[in-house]
Amino acid sequence: MKIAGRAVCVPADVDTDLIIAGRYLRTRDRSLWAAHAFEDLDRTLAGRLAGAVVVAGPNFGCGSSREQAAIALREAGVKAVVAPSFARIFYRNAINLGLPIAEAALECAEGEMVEVDLEAGFARSGDRPPVRVSPLSSRMRAILAAGGLVELLKDSP
Amino acid sequence: MATLAERILGAPAGTCVDRAIDRAYAMDGTGVLALHTFRQIGRPLAKPGRLRLIFDHIVPANNSETAGLQAELRRFADENCIALRDIGEGICHQLMSEGDVLPGEIVIGADSHTCTLGAFGAFATGVGATDMAAIWATGELWLRVPETINLRLTGRLEGGAEAKDLALAYVARLGMDGGTYRALEFTGEGVASLSMAGRLTCSNLAIEVGAKAGLFYADDITRAYLAGFGVAASPQLIEDADYARAYDFDLGAVEPLVAVPHRVDSARPVERVAGTPIDQIFVGTCTNGRLEDLERFASAVKGRRVRVRTIVIPASRRVLADAIRSGALASLVEAGCTIGPPGCGPCLGTHLGVIGEGEVCLSTANRNFRNRMGVGGEIYLASVGTAAASALAGEITAPGGAA
Repeated sequence: MKIAGRAVCVPADVDTDLIIAGRYLRTRDRSLWAAHAFEDLDRTLAGRLAGAVVVAGPNFGCGSSREQAAIALREAGVKAVVAPSFARIFYRNAINLGLPIAEAALECAEGEMVEVDLEAGFARSGDRPPVRVSPLSSRMRAILAAGGLVELLKDSP
Repeated sequence: MATLAERILGAPAGTCVDRAIDRAYAMDGTGVLALHTFRQIGRPLAKPGRLRLIFDHIVPANNSETAGLQAELRRFADENCIALRDIGEGICHQLMSEGDVLPGEIVIGADSHTCTLGAFGAFATGVGATDMAAIWATGELWLRVPETINLRLTGRLEGGAEAKDLALAYVARLGMDGGTYRALEFTGEGVASLSMAGRLTCSNLAIEVGAKAGLFYADDITRAYLAGFGVAASPQLIEDADYARAYDFDLGAVEPLVAVPHRVDSARPVERVAGTPIDQIFVGTCTNGRLEDLERFASAVKGRRVRVRTIVIPASRRVLADAIRSGALASLVEAGCTIGPPGCGPCLGTHLGVIGEGEVCLSTANRNFRNRMGVGGEIYLASVGTAAASALAGEITAPGGAA
C-alpha cells in the first residue's frame, strides 16, 4: 500500500478529545466529525485534511476510546497518519476502519509531500532520506487489505 | 514465569491470540456506533448472555438527538435479550465492579477506562466500537499479549494521602505514554493495605500511561468484597514473573498531589498550587465516585458549608442508596453540594456541570485534557480529601489544610 499526500503537522500527545471533542459525539451526521476534527487544537486544520497525511508526535490518539476520532480523520479525507507511536485503542480503531497508520519518526514540514509505503516499510518527507516504518502484524495487514474489520468479517465464513 | 496477563490470556507476551470474551460491555455512546457497525457485518449475535449495554455517559439524555440514539439502542437490547442497565443505574465500570467480573476473566469494554476492572485480577481492556461489534458478531476478539510493567508497593498510605494520590504519582513517574501497549501489575506487601475501592482507582488510571490493563492479584480483600455481592472467588497465586520494567513505590512517602492542566502526568504536591482559585469542584466518576469517596467527602464537610459550587455524582445507584442509608448524602446536601444522577456527569464535557471559558474545576476524575470539561476551562485532578479541603477553603488546599 503506497500513500502520498501533503503533510499536516500536529504535536505530541494529541488526545482523542482534541481530535474530536466530546460535545460533537452524539449525532447521526458523521460529516459533523470531519468538519470539527482537531477543532480544539487548531480551528484551521479541518479545512486542510482532505488528501493529507497527518504527521504527529509520539502517543497520537491517547485518551478516550471514541472511534469518532478515527472516523473523523477518515471522513475528512486523511490518507494516513504517521507518528513515532500511537495509543493502542486509537491504533486498533484506525486499522479496523481501514485508515492506514504508520509508526515512524518522520520530520514534519507543513505542506511538504509525504510518501508512505507500508509494504516496503518506509516513509519519506520531501527530499529527506526515508525512515523506517515499524511493520504491521499479519493480522493488522489482513484487516487493512480488506478495507477494514467489517469487510474482513463479511468476507469470512 | 508468567505475568498475570500472560496467565489469563494463556500465551507469552508478544503473541497474538484469539480469545472468547467472558464479559463485553458498551455504553450509550460507543454502543450506538457498535450497533451501526454490527448491522453492517450482518451476522447474528454470538453470545448475547455475555453482553451488557450500560447507559452512563449522557444520562438522562441532554437533547432529542441523544434521546433518539439511546432509544434505538434500548430497542436493540430489548429485541435481542441483551442485559440493559438504563439511566440512573450508574457508570459502566462501576456496575461491572459490583459483582459482574471475576478474577481470571477476560473483560472487554467499549470505553477506555475498562482497565478499572483489572483490580479484580481480570484481564480487562478498552476497545473501540468496531472491535465491540466484532465481539457481538463472533464472541471473540484478537489480542496481542502485552509485556508487563511491575509497580511494587511497600508500606501504607499515611496522612492525607489516598489511592488517587498513588495513581497520580505513578502516572507522573511513567508519563502519558510510559505504559503504551504494556500491562501494569501492582504487587508487593503494600497492596494488602489498599481497599477494593482504592485498587479500582489505581487500575482506573492505567490507561493514562497508555497501558492496556492494570492488574492486581485477587486476594482475601477481593474475595471478601465479591462475597458481599454474593459471588464466590478464589485468590490468585502470585508467582515470580518476567517483567519488562519495575518501579518501587513506598506508599508512606506518597503525598497529596494535584495534576495541573492539561496533562494527567503533571502531578505536583498540593502545596505547590495551594491558593489557586477555583470555580467548581466535581466529585465522582469511575475514578472516585464510590461509597468510600462520598463518605470521605461527606465527613469532611459535615456541619459546614462548601465555599465553591460543588457537584457530587455517585458512581452507581447502589452507591447512591448506600450513601443515603449511611447519612453521607444528607451531610453533602446540607453542606451545599449539588447531587447529580449516577453516571459520568460532566467528565467528558457534555452536560451536568460543564465549565465556562476561563473557569477552573478541581475534579476527582482521571482526565484534564484541554477543553475536555468545557471550552476554555481548566481542570485540576486531585483526590477526594484534597477536593473536600478545597471546597471548604474556596481555593486549592491540601487535606487538613482548610481553615
